[in-house]
Amino acid sequence: MYSVEKIREDFPILKRKVNGYPLIYLDNAATSQKPQLVIDCIVDYYSNYNANIHRGVHTLSQEATDAYEIARKKIQKHFNIKNSHEVIFTSGTTHGINLVANGFSEILLKGDEILVSAMEHHSNIVPWQMLCERTGAILKVIPMNQEGVLVLSEYEAILSEKTKLVFVNHVSNALGTINPISEIIKKAQDKGAAVLIDGAQSCSHIKPDLQKLNVDFYVTSAHKMCGPTGVGMLYMNEKWGNILPPYQGGGEMIKEVTFKKTTYADLPHKFEAGTPNISGGIAFGSAIDYLNNIGFAEIEKYEMALLSYATNELLKIDDLTIYGTGPDKTSVVSFNIDGIHPYDIGTIVDKLGIAVRTGHHCTQPIMAFYKIPGTVRASFAFYNTKEEIDALVSAVKKAQMMLT
Amino acid sequence: MKIEAIQEDLIDEFSMFDDWMQRYEYMIDLGKSLPIIDESLKTEDRLIKGCQSKVWLNAELKGNQVVFTADSDAIITKGIIAILIRVFSNQKPEDILVANTNFIDEIGLKEHLSPTRANGLVSMIKQLKLYAMAYQAQLKN
Ligand SMILES: Cc1ncc(COP(=O)(O)O)c(C=O)c1O
Repeated sequence: MYSVEKIREDFPILKRKVNGYPLIYLDNAATSQKPQLVIDCIVDYYSNYNANIHRGVHTLSQEATDAYEIARKKIQKHFNIKNSHEVIFTSGTTHGINLVANGFSEILLKGDEILVSAMEHHSNIVPWQMLCERTGAILKVIPMNQEGVLVLSEYEAILSEKTKLVFVNHVSNALGTINPISEIIKKAQDKGAAVLIDGAQSCSHIKPDLQKLNVDFYVTSAHKMCGPTGVGMLYMNEKWGNILPPYQGGGEMIKEVTFKKTTYADLPHKFEAGTPNISGGIAFGSAIDYLNNIGFAEIEKYEMALLSYATNELLKIDDLTIYGTGPDKTSVVSFNIDGIHPYDIGTIVDKLGIAVRTGHHCTQPIMAFYKIPGTVRASFAFYNTKEEIDALVSAVKKAQMMLT
Repeated sequence: MKIEAIQEDLIDEFSMFDDWMQRYEYMIDLGKSLPIIDESLKTEDRLIKGCQSKVWLNAELKGNQVVFTADSDAIITKGIIAILIRVFSNQKPEDILVANTNFIDEIGLKEHLSPTRANGLVSMIKQLKLYAMAYQAQLKN
């Protein structure tokens, strides 16, 4: 039986007060809160077996290396990846994207095309713009409609033999739209293009089967799925792992170094230069265990109930518009009230102990599309409750009263 | 009126409120009563960077005093601007430059002083002082 009360006990931060009110944390799309188990895992590492990995023969180093590699295997299993060496530890989604973009700078030729969706996070636009500047490739945009849903017919129309890469987020952080990535991947690969999926916003809600998706690259951040900040993973299909050049030079990524020539280590170490975030990687593994213990099917069912409750209740407020109204969404509600700046609503709501995000959410193109300065975004996790949504709704009403 | 005296007045006014709601309601009222600046003055170069809401600040020298006018698309931000303008507008550049901003803490708006705060109160104050500095130099020449 799903017990939100019991789950909430796992998260120490949920007990704190903000501005005199109990914290209501509805900014989960920015980062999730951490269960005690994940916090303990980090403390345990530094208290009991902190050592550098993959290099020492001593016991501590062995223990740390084992724990780190077990975490890699947990990630492999969770995302259903064929080989554990196709799991590359990164510092997060942004790092993973830049690593791939850098690799492609040696592959792309002038006139090649890269497609990105109209609902990308800035971290998923800027590296491609830089890549295009370096290579002379052309960036094209897959448009979206008023509901915040990608227009697949337009996607097919701009796909061609010139397309070398397609980059789409699985879920949009500003709108919550779930993109049909399976179809997007297939269509791209039919034209011989590689696909990178940004799973930063989906990974806490949806457990993807990367082998079934047959995707080329997939990136995500641990901190979006109850893990620590500063660690993430890049899945890179073995074929690409051998083709792409390393991103950074340093220790760990080399096989042999002479001053004439260095030969690179095998996957995944080729892409893991330097001492990694060891405790972060290990804690990422325990976060995955934690989520799987609750179960993704359970999480989805619960969050969908929260989403529909929040959507209905918020829509009862006069002059409120929700952005992102497609049929497939994660538990994110992005909204505005006519005539009120989202920043003003966010400020009042924060005074009442409720954390929401306001602004453009690093997606200025989406804001330009709707001709708005930003939105108020409430994003719900499996530890949020209906009572918290009631508190949000009454806080928004209060803000509306004060501000008009 | 001297800057310190205006600041004292503000501290007095805000001391009448016993909770944040009343303070914010007052600030929102101040925002609403702020004279709207001319659309033609809302230009890119008058926009203050570092604000989640848009803030336009215009400065003119009248006699030996700096006159500030400003606007924002967010009402709480406008309230903050209204307070700043009341304190700093129609003052001599040298007085603006030496004035401190402790009163913001004392009227219970300290949270807006955090540099990470997206309303850019800190950027606004910096910009006001930069104008004062420029006019001070101009007056000396
Ligand atoms: C869709 C999407 N992509 C990328 C990122 C960047 O992730 P990180 O900052 O962890 O690298 C985010 C974070 O908000 C996101 O929502």
